[in-house]
Amino acid sequence: MKSLQRVFIYLKPYWLIAFGALISLLLVTASSLVSPQVLRLILDQGISQGDRATLLWASLLLIGVALVRALFSFTQGYWSEKAAQSVAYELRNALFSKLENLSFSYHDQAQTGQLMTRITSDVEQVRTFISGGMLQVVSALALLVGSLAALFSTNWKLALITLLTVPAMAAVIARFMRIVRPMFSQVQKKLGALNTVLQENLAGIRVVQAFAREPYEAERYTKLNGELLDANLQTIRGLASSFPMIFFISNLGTLAVIWFGGHQVIDRTLSLGELVAFNTYLSLLIMPIMMLGMIIAQISRAGVSAERIFEVLDAQSEVHDRPGAQPLTAVRGRVAFEGVSFRYAGGERNVLDHVSFVAEPGQTVAIMGITGSGKSTIINLIPRFYDVTTGRVTIDGSDIRDVTLESLRDQIGIVLQDTTLFSGTIRDNIAYGRPDASDADVEAAARAAQAHEFITGFTEGYATIVGERGVGLSGGQKQRIAIARALLRNPRILILDDSTSAVDAETEFQIQQALQELMHGRTSFVIAQRISTVRDADLILLLDAGTIAAQGTHDELLRTSALYGEIIDSQFGGQHQDEAELVFA
Amino acid sequence: MMHGGIQAIANAPQERAANSSVVLRRLLGYLKPFRRELLFVLVLVLISAASQALGPYLIGRAIDGAIGAGNGAALDQTMLLLLAVYVVGAIASRAQFVAIGAIGQRTLARLRVEIFSTVQRLSLRFFDRQPAGDLMSRLVNDTDVLNQLFSQGLIQVLGSVFGLAGILIAMLALDWRLALASFIVIPAMLLLTRLFARLSRRAFRRARESLGDVSSDIQEEIAGVKIAQAFNRTGVNQQRFAQRNAANRDANVNATAITSAFTPAIDVLSSVATAIVAGYGGYLALGGTISIGVVIAFLTYVQRFFQPIQSISAFYTTAQASLAAAERIFELLDTPPDLTDAPGAKPMPPIAGQVVFDHVSFSYGARPGSEGSTQTLTLNDVSLVAEPGETVAIVGPTGAGKTTLVNMLGRFYDVDAGAVLIDGIDIRSVTRASLRAQMGVVLQDSFLFAGTIAENIRYGRLDATDAEVEAAARAAYAHDFITRLPQGYATPLGERGGTLSQGQRQLLGIARAILANPRILILDEATSSVDTRSELLIQNALKSLLKGRTSFVIAHRLSTIRDADQVLVMQAGQIVERGTHDELLARGGAYAELYRRQFHESVPA
Repeated sequence: MKSLQRVFIYLKPYWLIAFGALISLLLVTASSLVSPQVLRLILDQGISQGDRATLLWASLLLIGVALVRALFSFTQGYWSEKAAQSVAYELRNALFSKLENLSFSYHDQAQTGQLMTRITSDVEQVRTFISGGMLQVVSALALLVGSLAALFSTNWKLALITLLTVPAMAAVIARFMRIVRPMFSQVQKKLGALNTVLQENLAGIRVVQAFAREPYEAERYTKLNGELLDANLQTIRGLASSFPMIFFISNLGTLAVIWFGGHQVIDRTLSLGELVAFNTYLSLLIMPIMMLGMIIAQISRAGVSAERIFEVLDAQSEVHDRPGAQPLTAVRGRVAFEGVSFRYAGGERNVLDHVSFVAEPGQTVAIMGITGSGKSTIINLIPRFYDVTTGRVTIDGSDIRDVTLESLRDQIGIVLQDTTLFSGTIRDNIAYGRPDASDADVEAAARAAQAHEFITGFTEGYATIVGERGVGLSGGQKQRIAIARALLRNPRILILDDSTSAVDAETEFQIQQALQELMHGRTSFVIAQRISTVRDADLILLLDAGTIAAQGTHDELLRTSALYGEIIDSQFGGQHQDEAELVFA
Repeated sequence: MMHGGIQAIANAPQERAANSSVVLRRLLGYLKPFRRELLFVLVLVLISAASQALGPYLIGRAIDGAIGAGNGAALDQTMLLLLAVYVVGAIASRAQFVAIGAIGQRTLARLRVEIFSTVQRLSLRFFDRQPAGDLMSRLVNDTDVLNQLFSQGLIQVLGSVFGLAGILIAMLALDWRLALASFIVIPAMLLLTRLFARLSRRAFRRARESLGDVSSDIQEEIAGVKIAQAFNRTGVNQQRFAQRNAANRDANVNATAITSAFTPAIDVLSSVATAIVAGYGGYLALGGTISIGVVIAFLTYVQRFFQPIQSISAFYTTAQASLAAAERIFELLDTPPDLTDAPGAKPMPPIAGQVVFDHVSFSYGARPGSEGSTQTLTLNDVSLVAEPGETVAIVGPTGAGKTTLVNMLGRFYDVDAGAVLIDGIDIRSVTRASLRAQMGVVLQDSFLFAGTIAENIRYGRLDATDAEVEAAARAAYAHDFITRLPQGYATPLGERGGTLSQGQRQLLGIARAILANPRILILDEATSSVDTRSELLIQNALKSLLKGRTSFVIAHRLSTIRDADQVLVMQAGQIVERGTHDELLARGGAYAELYRRQFHESVPA
């Protein structure tokens, strides 16, 4: 619940409209309580005593009260939603900025779906709490107290009798919350399981057909379908004993009022108008009881959501500018690792252990080793996606932790194996790192990345929309756009995860040419997959379990490192060490 | 105070079936097995509607005949009658709720089974036109819409229609003048509901669209956050997000303005009805035309106008969307099976393993949305012979027809011309089940099902013992990594095997095929790179898989190609070269060119 209180901080700038909503709400409640009194007037004074004037003006008053109620119920609805939407807006912005700036170690552990949920449905829960739940509690309580006061002041004996329906109503609602609502999640779970089978049979249809497993799958599906049906029928029975029950109890309340009230009218201790007004108050009383049950569940959900939101907002980013950090200017490109060790937060062992090497300006460094040997970690430390645990990384002699992140990353171009493109035009994607680049610069980068040709092949050219909602690009095309993206920044230091994805030989050739263009004259770090890259590198780092097992040029390592020979053998073509892995796609 | 249900109406999917009456008739056809239950439901609905209408009437009579006349005994009598009416009404509405719900859910369950068996008999040709993901989300949505209809819409609308009718009849019976006077607000309520629904639908569509922008922004940024940080783009991204976020907020606030106005507007109309009853009814009562009890009964009736009107309006939209959903589902159910067993098809006898393609041609036909010419043949007069136990490697650029060629073997598609013969038998003359039972497939991306590792391997042969599963895993070099997992063979795999590495999934796919022990094997080698150790394991596993079977391999690995008995080089749907690796290299043709391209600068100096 503490988290919910924290939400109010975000409501502060909007306190005026929130206050307006609250006042409106109280006025609505008051006018709801007035109407039955007007009705009583009509019946007792107008009709029973034959007072035509009262009859007329009281009838008009009914409409007048309704108009007032309408006005304030509009302002209440509008203002509370406006306040709630504004808070949701602030929360989303805060979450988004936080996520954008949290370091890699956070994103490594977080799951996309989870984060998505927090920024969408959790914020939504909090919003509904503000626009609905919070005010509804006030409204329900005001209505409850108001109608109870009206009931008791009209006739306390009758009020006591009708109050008997309250515990019955509460019991039905409590039963609904405890027993019936969980049934819904049961249904959802069964439906999820059923849809998984359907999904698998759609996506994996080739496997299902190839192994002739249709009968087996059908059996699985039918069984789950039966379970879903049972769960659904159970839920229906649960619902059936809730809602009709509530109506029945409220009917019993009416019955009690008319029955006992009727006798009082006969005994002249109650007027007919009071009886009718009493009955109307009773219906006003029932609503808040039903509402409170729902709201309590809603508030606890909103509390959990708020907690999850603040969990993200409170997360600490490990990598940030040191106080007094200076911008990194005019980089020549000498990169040095000095006794660098690295361990993931919560990790048990060092992923990198005392790694030292020097890349002179303009050199190409090839990094080799099996998965998990620490290749990616090395390239991730240079742009400070993570901070070293011990030791230091320097560029042109200055520790990269002493310079601002922005200036550091401005000097670095990266082509990752995962070539994420964003929704937008091809131009937007190439200019991703330099949104103000001229069209000529964008085209030049694309040409250098061997991408210009296929881009102009699209009818829309550079304005072609790509990404989730746009045209699908092949793996090779995406890679070349990613290369153009890195080229456009004209970085002094280049980092390449040069893994071959599924592309055909022709594309492969073009990508390699583009890469060579890209590496020219820059200090480059390449996670090497190709023999050609390794052979041409100025420095090869051979990693084994987080340490540098050997470093040197291709020829040096062939002479000095047995492990190098082994890896070249296994990775690049069996007994023929001169042949690269053949990829015929 | 009323419930602002306009939002529900506005948010309902806006669709219409192209052929509503046909779809409706067919949907009603599903209710036929429930004829007796439906009759029962009808009786229940009438009873509960009657009890709804009778309540206020009895109260009015109590006020006039008992309370007004000072007759306590008459009051007790009427109240006992009212109690009976309430009890009967409650029982009837509970029973009605259960009965309608059960009919709906049973119908839905039957539809689900029909959908599933349709999906199962659809050929790959169907899925080529329709991505599985799209179809899935459509099926889930459409059945969900129908579920809404069956679980809520139907119950509500039946109660509402009959309830409203009951109230109107009771009012007319009590006093037709007052009834007609208070009916004035009904058309106004209807008009207002429709007007607001239209206005708010537009507003909510805008809100939904802007929400779409916001969530796709979030999704993309979370997925691409590393790139954003690497390229120093976080500031720009935050700005853009704030803009879209603000647009979404404003769209929602606008929509709220409409919905917030709706409830009070209906409230005012409702009060107008009350005022009419009180004023005009009071006037009539003063004139002695009607009794005060009638006025009070009317006051209760007019409070109950709006609820059913709203339900009926909501139902109208739900019903439209449901018909559209049902239409799409029926369309799927009606997809004619394009691959069927020939009449009198016999089971395939045990396969020795000779495979012959005899002048096979095939095209996918006109595919909407595909680029390039639709006329070209994907396979053009392809002939080949593979002897039992041979390994056939197929190479060529993307789109050359490699995958199509191997798909012909399992009769995932039927040839357009020519024939595929196994052991001299045309595969179209045998049952598909018996044919596929003797074939195995290993795809690039091993498709793993939600379930344990053991279950996934056992998919190859359902009656395999644990020992056999383990033996297959050993032969596929998967046993080691499996036993290193904390739960071993019982490790549950998330959706599509998410927890395993690419290489491990491939090994499981191979183990599955080994367990199936097929006579003919189709293998699509993965192109994505895995680390050296896994690569070696996979190569060894493939060797044990290929041994002793006729195998067709879409090859990417040099070692596979070198060991193959024959290499087929495909281009544009034709086999342009065939022979062993060495023969083809010596020939200096297309294969040699492909090979040289790959090693352009790696050839020993």
